[in-house]
Amino acid sequence: MKKFTVHRGTAAPLRRTNVDTDQIIPVRFCASTTRDGHADALFADWRADPGFVLNKPEHRDATVLIAGNDFGTGSSREYAVWALQDYGFRAVLAPRYGDIFRANSLMNGLVTVVLPAPDIEWLWELVEAGPATCVTVDLEGLEVRAGGRAFPFSLDPESRHRILGGIDPIGSTLQHEDDIARYEAGRRPALPITV
Amino acid sequence: MGSTLAQKVWASHVVRQGDAGDDLLYIDLQLLHEVNTPQAFDRLRASGRTVRRPDLTLGTEDHNTPTIDIRRRIEDPEGRRQSELMRSNCAEFGIPLHRLGDSGQGIVHVIAPEQGLTRPGMTIVCCDSHTTTLGAFGALAFGIGASQVEHVLATQTLPMRPLKNLSVTVDGRLPEGVTAKDLILALIAEIGTAGGQGHIIEYRGAAVTALSMEARMTLCNMSVEAGSRAGLIAPDQCTFDYLASRPNMPTSAAWEAELAHWRTLRTDDDAVFDKEVVLNAADLSPYVSWGTNPGQSIPLTAKVPAPDDFADEEARTAAERALAYMDLRPGTEMRDVTVDAVFLGSCTNGRIEDLRAAADVLRGRKVTDGLHMMIVPGSVQVRRQAEEEGLDRVFAEAGADFRAGAGCSMCAALNEDRLAPGQRAASTNNRNFEGRQGKGSRTHIVSPQVAAATAVTGRLTSPSDL
Ligand code: SF4
Repeated sequence: MKKFTVHRGTAAPLRRTNVDTDQIIPVRFCASTTRDGHADALFADWRADPGFVLNKPEHRDATVLIAGNDFGTGSSREYAVWALQDYGFRAVLAPRYGDIFRANSLMNGLVTVVLPAPDIEWLWELVEAGPATCVTVDLEGLEVRAGGRAFPFSLDPESRHRILGGIDPIGSTLQHEDDIARYEAGRRPALPITV
Repeated sequence: MGSTLAQKVWASHVVRQGDAGDDLLYIDLQLLHEVNTPQAFDRLRASGRTVRRPDLTLGTEDHNTPTIDIRRRIEDPEGRRQSELMRSNCAEFGIPLHRLGDSGQGIVHVIAPEQGLTRPGMTIVCCDSHTTTLGAFGALAFGIGASQVEHVLATQTLPMRPLKNLSVTVDGRLPEGVTAKDLILALIAEIGTAGGQGHIIEYRGAAVTALSMEARMTLCNMSVEAGSRAGLIAPDQCTFDYLASRPNMPTSAAWEAELAHWRTLRTDDDAVFDKEVVLNAADLSPYVSWGTNPGQSIPLTAKVPAPDDFADEEARTAAERALAYMDLRPGTEMRDVTVDAVFLGSCTNGRIEDLRAAADVLRGRKVTDGLHMMIVPGSVQVRRQAEEEGLDRVFAEAGADFRAGAGCSMCAALNEDRLAPGQRAASTNNRNFEGRQGKGSRTHIVSPQVAAATAVTGRLTSPSDL
């Protein structure tokens, strides 16, 4: 996982709610067996529309996506996160996310920031009026800064610590192998096995 | 203060409490399918790790599998590669796998209960959001992504932050012809697709306990469409009877001990939920989705809504988009909407009771000319049972296309079963997202009964209208 401390980049305003992961990456692109190579599949059906925000030259190089309520609902496909990252997005700002998508994003170091809907609206207007405006996502300071304003946000300390340090969560868990073994020894013997 | 069922199951699986509020949960069972997993195995291998408990892991092939002729190789090279990798990965790490052609093969959420692997009080994960289905047994069952799959493969645990608890009580009795599918669509229409976000739903009340195990699975299945990571139902005699009929169960003394344990798995009377919703079953009727998210659902007897019907601006904009995509005009009777295809199947409604319900409607009737009704069994076992009961003949006589192979089929449209752009289907699956059943496809989510009646008339129809 790539480390993330402070990121500064331009932003794309995605004025849509309930963007499910089938829209982020249609299922026909999910037959791939790799984590990369998904950039072209991102929002593939919507990108067929020349008016779609990512087709506008001024937003093409955006690295921060500003989305509406309930971004990433639906399927658990991690391809949605990989596609956003492959395309170049480092952070997403939205009022609310699908639970599984959020967990997946934080596992991969795609910083998904929760900001209140009015702040998202303000940011949409800001970057629509000035597409070159830089948005700063500061994971250390837990703050988004843009247009002279600062928006504090919170993130669970575990994920923040992990993403800041680029730490492998499996490695961290395996440090507690004793605890796992102890728990395992106490499981009821009648629990099912698959072999 | 007492605990909820979900809190009890959670607490009994905490291996260790993290310093930052995370709990490391032990996972009793991990289910795998061919999509979303190759990347997990790749990284496991690259980091020199192995699978901690292959005996608590089970794989199946379901998303890409063909349904017409299972001997035919998967046409799509990438899909074929996923299945090949599933086989080699499972073989390499000693994970049992139900390959295409095995009698245990089928949709992951259908086969696990069939094989007696999902039991009260367990923690279960799968690389699939509809793992919620398995909450029907009073288990905590979560959908996870590929990175978490890798974590569970390597450690048999998952760090998670505790979720909140949402109680959904359904009082009274469902009217004749109203199913678990209608109940869950009505709930999502009421609380919205984010209504359960951050919560585990517990379904309670007389109308819930009156449901069969299969109907309970339908209900829990769509918890994720209400935004929830999990949904569960306290185990009761109905659960125990179902389990008693399954393979792989413990025998005599061990069975009694398990039963005694399962009986303790219920929410305490003084437990407090973070949120409560109460529905009256008597108010419900067959439901159908009109839009492009499952929250956009209404009674079948209603009219297509207009954007202005929604007070909330966000809902209004979403309705405008959905109506345009679905090519529907406000004010049209839902029952006047004609469809090109009917799909009966999926982990929501691809079990034997669903096929029986559809057969009851189709018996002595015909699928209307020019409409394709496709019936895909959720598992090989479902297919066999249907044949034993003669449902295959009912379907054939009605002119429905009962597929040989089991799997997700047109729910995910990853195999060759899909709608053409612009085609409209009544479908018993769980998602009506844009393009879900093929690029440009239009989906109306319905119950198996409504699906069958719709196949007869060509318009969205409930059996009582026939
Ligand atoms: S049937 Fe549909 S929802 Fe269920 S697991 Fe398969 S693709 Fe997912």
